[in-house]
Amino acid sequence: PYKVVGLEIHAQISSNSKLFSGSQVQFAAPPNSLVSFFDASLPGTLPVLNRRCVEAAVMTGLALNCSINKKSLFDRKHYFYADLPAGYQITQQRVPIAVNGSLSYSLCIDNKMSQMVTKTVRIKQIQLEQDSGKSLHDDVRSQTLVDLNRAGVGLMEVVMEPDMCCGEEAAAAVRELQLILQTLGSSQAVMAEGQLRVDANVSVHHPGEPYGVRTEVKNINSIRFLAKAVDYEIERQIEELESGGTILNETRAFDSKLGCTVPMRDKEGKQDYRFMPEPNLPPLILYNARSLPANMNHQQVVNIDWIHERLPDLPSVKRAKLVEQYGILPEHSFTLLNEAGLTEFFEDVIKQTQMKPKKVIGWILNDLLSYLKQHSLTVKESPVSSFLLADLLNRLEKKEISSTAAKQVFAELWKGEGKTPLEIVKEKKLQLIQDQEDLERICQAVMAIKSGNRKVLNKLIGLVQRETQGRSNPVLVKQLLEKKLSE
Amino acid sequence: LLGRASLLVSAALKEGRVAPTELCQRCLSLIKSTKFLNAYITVAEETALKQAEESEKRYKRGQPLGVLDGIPIAVKDNFNTAGIETTCASNMLKGYISPYNATVVQKLLDQGAVLLGKTNLDEFAMGSGSTDGVFGPVRNPWSYSRQYKEKSVPKSHSEDKDSNWVITGGSSGGSAAAVSSFTCFAALGSDTGGSTRNPAAHCGVVGLKPTYGLISRHGLIPLVNSMDVPGILTRCVDDAAVVLGSLAGHDPKDSTTIQDNFKPFELSDLTDVSKLSIGIPKEYHAPGLSSEILALWSKAADLFKNAGAKVIEVSLPHTRYSIVCYHVLCTAEVASNMARFDGLEYGHRSDMNKSTESMYAATRREGFNDVVRGRILSGNYFLLKQNYENYFIKAQKVRRLIANDFVKVFGSGVDILLTPTTLSDAIPYMEFIKEDNRTRSAQDDILTQAANMAGLPAINVPTALSERGLPVGLQFIGRSFQEKQLLTVAKWFEKQVKFPMIQLDEVKRHDHGVFQHQKSASFLEHRT
Repeated sequence: PYKVVGLEIHAQISSNSKLFSGSQVQFAAPPNSLVSFFDASLPGTLPVLNRRCVEAAVMTGLALNCSINKKSLFDRKHYFYADLPAGYQITQQRVPIAVNGSLSYSLCIDNKMSQMVTKTVRIKQIQLEQDSGKSLHDDVRSQTLVDLNRAGVGLMEVVMEPDMCCGEEAAAAVRELQLILQTLGSSQAVMAEGQLRVDANVSVHHPGEPYGVRTEVKNINSIRFLAKAVDYEIERQIEELESGGTILNETRAFDSKLGCTVPMRDKEGKQDYRFMPEPNLPPLILYNARSLPANMNHQQVVNIDWIHERLPDLPSVKRAKLVEQYGILPEHSFTLLNEAGLTEFFEDVIKQTQMKPKKVIGWILNDLLSYLKQHSLTVKESPVSSFLLADLLNRLEKKEISSTAAKQVFAELWKGEGKTPLEIVKEKKLQLIQDQEDLERICQAVMAIKSGNRKVLNKLIGLVQRETQGRSNPVLVKQLLEKKLSE
Repeated sequence: LLGRASLLVSAALKEGRVAPTELCQRCLSLIKSTKFLNAYITVAEETALKQAEESEKRYKRGQPLGVLDGIPIAVKDNFNTAGIETTCASNMLKGYISPYNATVVQKLLDQGAVLLGKTNLDEFAMGSGSTDGVFGPVRNPWSYSRQYKEKSVPKSHSEDKDSNWVITGGSSGGSAAAVSSFTCFAALGSDTGGSTRNPAAHCGVVGLKPTYGLISRHGLIPLVNSMDVPGILTRCVDDAAVVLGSLAGHDPKDSTTIQDNFKPFELSDLTDVSKLSIGIPKEYHAPGLSSEILALWSKAADLFKNAGAKVIEVSLPHTRYSIVCYHVLCTAEVASNMARFDGLEYGHRSDMNKSTESMYAATRREGFNDVVRGRILSGNYFLLKQNYENYFIKAQKVRRLIANDFVKVFGSGVDILLTPTTLSDAIPYMEFIKEDNRTRSAQDDILTQAANMAGLPAINVPTALSERGLPVGLQFIGRSFQEKQLLTVAKWFEKQVKFPMIQLDEVKRHDHGVFQHQKSASFLEHRT
C-alpha cells in the first residue's frame, strides 16, 4: 500500500516581542510575567502587527521557494479553551503570507551514509498566527493552571503536502527545515523548548485507489519520536485495514513511553471554527523594488526584494560549498551541518593545520564526533579545542607519530588535563622511531632471523624491552617473537 | 453658565471669571439633583475634583493646556477608564476596573478635561433606547422639561408624574442625557448603527459620528469592530468641532486609523450656500416616518433652497437591505467579540466549577442579558461553515453595494445629504418596552445605520420641538474625512433653526444668578 504522510509544523518566531503586542518573548519566565493587556484579552485592546514577525515569515517563505503573497489577510479562528483568552486565535486562513514552495532533503539509503538520495516535499503554505498560552491540569486539586506567557507569541505554520512516505522521510524533512530556520534566524526551532512543534497527517491506500482516511498525530516531542510515531501509525492503519476495520478521521496522540498512538479524549466530532475576517487588521501589504512607492517611509514597509538580497547561505548551499572547497564527500557535509558548531570547528582546524581537509574530516567525524556523542557533549563543550586537534594533526602529518599513536594522544587530550600533544607524546614515548640506524639494526635482525639465525632472537627481545622501557613481559615477548618468526 | 458652549466657558475660565473647581462642583451637584435621570453609572467625584484643582493651578499660572482645560465631560461606560469602573452596563463587567485609559479618554485628560463620570447605556451598546442595561433605563431630561409638561395631557390625576417619561434613545442615552441636562459640556458616546445620533436627536443635542478610521477605537469595548466609532455629543456644533480636534488622528495602537496627519479646524461662518449641493435621498422617506418629521425635513430642504443652495432628490437604492445586512454582520462580530468573556481573566466568574466548560457556560449565562445572548447565538449561526457563504459573505457584498450607493451620489456632485435622524420624537418608556430590543433596533436604526456601513461621517443637529414638546433632529451625512465641510454646513443650519434651550427646573436652581433664560442656541456667541 501507499503510505502518505503530510506535516503541519509550527515554528515559534524568534523575535523580541509577540506577534500583535509588545510583551516580551522568553522561554521559562515566571508564569504570567510576560502578558500585556492585549494578550490577556482585556476588552477594548487591539492587535498591532509586529514587523519583525512579518520579515521572519518572508525570509522563511523565500528560503522555501514560495511565492510571497503581496497581499495577505488575517482571520479569527474561534474555539473555547482556557489557554485562549480571546476565545479565538488570529491566523491566516483565507490568504496566507506565502504559498507553493518546496523543500529538498536527503536520506541515506539502507542506513549507509555513502548512498544519499535527495527528495523534495511541496510546501503548501506558510501562515502567520498566534501561539496559545499553556494550561496545566492539576487533577489532584481539580483545577487548571493557566500561564499566558506564550499566548500571542508569533508562529509560522508551515504546511507540508503529503509527499512523504515514512517516518524517516518525515524526520529528514523536519531536520532540514530546522536547519534552514536556524540558519535564517527566523526561528531557533529547538523542539525541546517548544519552538518547533510537528503534527503528522497519516493515511494509507492501495495504488490506483483514492487516498485513505487520514489521522492527525500530535504530541510529538522530538525528531526521533516523529519517525517512530509516523511509522507506528502507518503500521496501525495497515493492520486495521487488513483485518477488515476502518480508519477514523480522528486526532491521535503519540505516547512516547509506549511507542504508539492513542486516540485523544477531548476531540468530539469535528470542530466548526467559525472563521471570520479579523476586522482590526487591514490586509498585510508587502512590496518589492518595483511596487514600492517613491515617497513611502522605509520604516513602514516590508520589501521582499530587500530581504531576498540579504538571505544567508542556506544549508544546501553551505554543504555544496564545503564539498567543493574541501573535497569532502556530500554525506560528510551533511554530518558537519547536522551538528551545531561542527562546521566551524572543522574549518578552524583546517586553518591551523597542513593536513589535507580530506584527511582532517576523518578525525572530525570519526574521532571528535564519536567522543562527543559518547559523552553527550556539544561541540561547544568539547574538551579538545580546534587548536589542540590541529597541533596533533600537524605532528601526524610531519610523521612525528604514527596514526595509532595519534589516536592515543587524542584519547589523552580528551581527558582535558591541559596537556599539549607534544607533552603527551613525550610522556608516553609515542614518538615514531625515525632514527635510521636503529631501524636498520632492527631490519637486519629480522632478516637474519628469517634466514635462520636464531641468536638474533635475544637481540630482538632486547630491542622490544628498550622500546617498552622495560615494561613488557619478557616471557611473553619471547613467545610472540618466536611465533611471528615461524610464520 | 452651565448652559453655555464650552468655548464660552473656556473664555470665562481663562479670564478667571469662574474657577474650574467651581464649575466642577456645580456639575457634580447637578448630577446629584438629576439622579432620577439615571444618566450616570459611576460618578468619579474625587478624581474629578482633583483634576479640577490641577486645572485651576494651570489657569493661575496662565498655562492652560488648551480650550478643554477644566471643562467637565462625561464618558459612555463602554470606554476604558483607568481606575474607574467600566461596566458596559452589564453584569459581566460589574466591578471591573480597567488598568488603562482608552486613547480618546487619555487625549481628553491630556487636554485637561475633567472626567465627571461614566454614563449609562444599553448593555454592551446593544439597543436603541438605553433601556436594557443592568443599571436600569435612562430617562430623557426633556420628560421633565417645561416644554414637554406643558404639552402632555395627564391621563388621570392619580397618575404618577413620572410614569410618562420618555426614553433617550440609544445606546448612548446616558451621554446624551448628561449633555442635555447640562451636567457636562461634552460627552463621548459610541456609534455603530446610530447609537450617538439617535439619542442626540431625542435629547436635543448635537451628535457627531466621525468617519471610520479618524478617531482611535483603542479602549472602546467593541460591538462591531468594522463599524464602531467613538461619538461626540455636545450642545452646539462648534463644541463638537473642538472635541473632534482633540481626538482625531492616527493612533499606532489602532491599526484601523488612517495614517494621514489630521489638522484640527475652526469652523468659519458660512455666508454663501449657493455653491452647496444638498442631496435628499428618497429612500429615507421610510415607512413609519412621522408626518411631523417629514414636514420638518421638507422645511429644512426649503431652507437650503431659499438660501441659494442646490437641493436635489437622490437615490440610495440599496437602503432597504441595510437592516438585514447590518443584522448579519453585527451579530457575527458580536459573537466573536463576546467570546473573550469567559470569567477567567477578568469580570464576572460563576461559582459553577465542575469543569472549565460548565464554568464558561454559567458565567456567560449569568453575565449577559438576553439581548446579548440572542445576538451571540445569531452571530454564531451565521458564521457556521455551512452558512458563512450565504449569510456573512452575502452581507459583506450587500454592504459594498450600500457603500457604493453613497460613492455614486457623492461622485455626482452632491456635497452633503440631508435626512431625518429618527422616525419620530422620543416615545414613552412604557410604550417602548412593549416591543423587544431586536424589533426596536431594527426600526430605529433604519435612518442611521447606512452611514456606519459606509464608514461615512454624519451628524444630528437639533432642529425643532415636536407637537409633544420634544426634540426632533435632522441628520447630515458627508463625504469620508470631510468633517470640516460637514460641520460647517451643520453649523449654518443650527444657526438658522435656533433650536430652543431646554427649560429644566433643576438646572435653573443650580445656575440661578448666572443662568440666563435663553430661547435660542444662537445666543451663545463665540466672540465676546
